[in-house]
Amino acid sequence: MTLGMSLARAIETGDVTVLPGRRDEDWRWTDLRGLVREIPTPAKRQPISGGGQFGGSNPIVLAGGGFDGVIADRSCGGESFVRFVALEGSQHATLGVDIQEGAQCVLLESHEALADGYLSAVDLDINIGRGASLTRIVLADDAESGVNVVTATVTLAAGASFAQTILTTGAKRQRFETRVTHPGQDAKVRLDGAYLIGDRRHADFTTVVTHAGPGGATTQLSKGAVGGQGRAVFQGRIVVEKGADQTDARMGHHALILSDRGEVDAKPELLIHADDVSCAHGNTVGNLNQDALFYARQRGIPEAQAKAMLTEAFVGEVVDRIEHEGAREICRAWVAEKLRGLA
Amino acid sequence: MLSIKNLSATVADKPILKGLTLEVPAGEVHAIMGPNGAGKSTLSYVLTGREGYVVTQGSATLDGEDLLALAPDERAARGVFLSFQYPLEIPGVPGLTFIRTALNAQRKARGEAEVSAPEFLKRAREVAGSLKIDFEMLKRPLNVGFSGGEKKRMEIFQMAMLSPRFLILDETDSGLDIDALKIVAEGVNALRGPDRAMLVITHYQRLLDYIKPDKVHVLAGGRIAATGGPELAHELEAHGYDRWVA
Ligand SMILES: Nc1ncnc2c1ncn2[C@@H]1O[C@H](COP(=O)(O)OP(=O)(O)OP(=O)(O)O)[C@@H](O)[C@H]1O
Ligand SMILES: [Mg+2]
Repeated sequence: MTLGMSLARAIETGDVTVLPGRRDEDWRWTDLRGLVREIPTPAKRQPISGGGQFGGSNPIVLAGGGFDGVIADRSCGGESFVRFVALEGSQHATLGVDIQEGAQCVLLESHEALADGYLSAVDLDINIGRGASLTRIVLADDAESGVNVVTATVTLAAGASFAQTILTTGAKRQRFETRVTHPGQDAKVRLDGAYLIGDRRHADFTTVVTHAGPGGATTQLSKGAVGGQGRAVFQGRIVVEKGADQTDARMGHHALILSDRGEVDAKPELLIHADDVSCAHGNTVGNLNQDALFYARQRGIPEAQAKAMLTEAFVGEVVDRIEHEGAREICRAWVAEKLRGLA
Repeated sequence: MLSIKNLSATVADKPILKGLTLEVPAGEVHAIMGPNGAGKSTLSYVLTGREGYVVTQGSATLDGEDLLALAPDERAARGVFLSFQYPLEIPGVPGLTFIRTALNAQRKARGEAEVSAPEFLKRAREVAGSLKIDFEMLKRPLNVGFSGGEKKRMEIFQMAMLSPRFLILDETDSGLDIDALKIVAEGVNALRGPDRAMLVITHYQRLLDYIKPDKVHVLAGGRIAATGGPELAHELEAHGYDRWVA
């Protein structure tokens, strides 16, 4: 991919030729170039009220694009609510997140749509200071006809920690890309996600974690279910650079396909250039256990409900890993509600 | 109650049941015995609607209603319950959640009100107590990592919670220790009544000492090859199935 090719740039310039597409290795399963024929007019920004999916007070709202920031220092810490709201047309939103040394912050982020057929690019630039921690929890509720690419660039200092959970129902094309520069040095990263993909929807989880120094830990768990003619993409790359010894990295991706025409494409990659590292990955794609499904139905649970129950249990492992209790329960209810529509 | 007429069924295109006829009137308990591979479990799956068990002729009705035309969950809502020979594990779903979901789904299908959480828990505690099941076990994902005997006990727990009208017990005794066998038999006997009927599949006369059958059938060659009273079970125990197996 040539430098500077991105949806954000295409939106800024109106030039569709800078869209990444199937010829670009990292975008071969999430083709934007072939999908988007022209860039719609820029969205008209407008004020939006309310707390979003997490119901928080005083959220930062970026509707139709724009720029804002979250700064957490040791004194404020706490929770920050951010709502990205897609409006008609094209839009590019940018959020800077700066967690200062020793601070602890929870970012509760929602992606919502008030239109159809929109293009949305969201960039987050996240810096986590020495010994600081950030938990990022994302609920993404895009429109079936929308296109949304959310890119987070995360840089951690020594001893910092970053824990992320993204839950999504996909969109016409949707991608959550997370690029982490991991210094090692007791910094910890957890990158989790779950996708619940209905008919004609698409979601892409792409992560790149680069371990640049020794003694870092990364754990990743992505799970999901695909129904109808939906498609999910998982691209997880962990790079352990020369000298990043004693890195501990594990990555798991496990998917359920609920229909004949659902599709899951997965590419887990471990690129290890250091010694004495402990790295493992697992990747499975399968169907619901038909025997368990019959067992549930024999007990009186109708097929759709039984499928939703078993799928919820499968995906629930991701939700269980959310440490923030309030957010965890909101996420659990969100997953249950979305699955009722899926199975 | 249950009426099976001339029922034939195949599994993977292989004929297993070949014109089986059986009547189990309300209030009665019938035992089915028969050699390994005779088709006893196949019969239980055909009656409960498991995929892959294809009926090629005949009928099965419950109180006159065509069972074979109903979905598995609809049959369950009509009161058909199968205690599985090999109970399945349900990862991630606590036993109590699973059973409450099942109970309320059945009630909804019958147009009855849902059971509230406190009501359900109260009843679950009582039933667990009577079956000597540790209540904590019911909070774990259903059957995951349970021993063979524990799984069988969980089947009877579910049966007691769902109080079905037509019960099929497929080798519920296998894997149970002697004390557990008595407890389970008591649980089953507690459900005996004029409005219920049972089909008890077993290889051993021992279970029938506790759950006394009205009739004993031999399933061999894909059909009911012989029918008798409880004494038939003793005879089988002594002489085996040679008489009926070609
Ligand atoms: N999925 C399957 N594919 C092929 N054959 C099958 C399948 N399921 C069952 N069978 C065959 O059907 C026949 C009947 O099996 P079934 O389980 O009903 O016997 P059973 O009487 O319950 O035996 P047991 O006493 O050992 O439990 C056996 O020969 C078995 O191998
Ligand atoms: Mg059997």
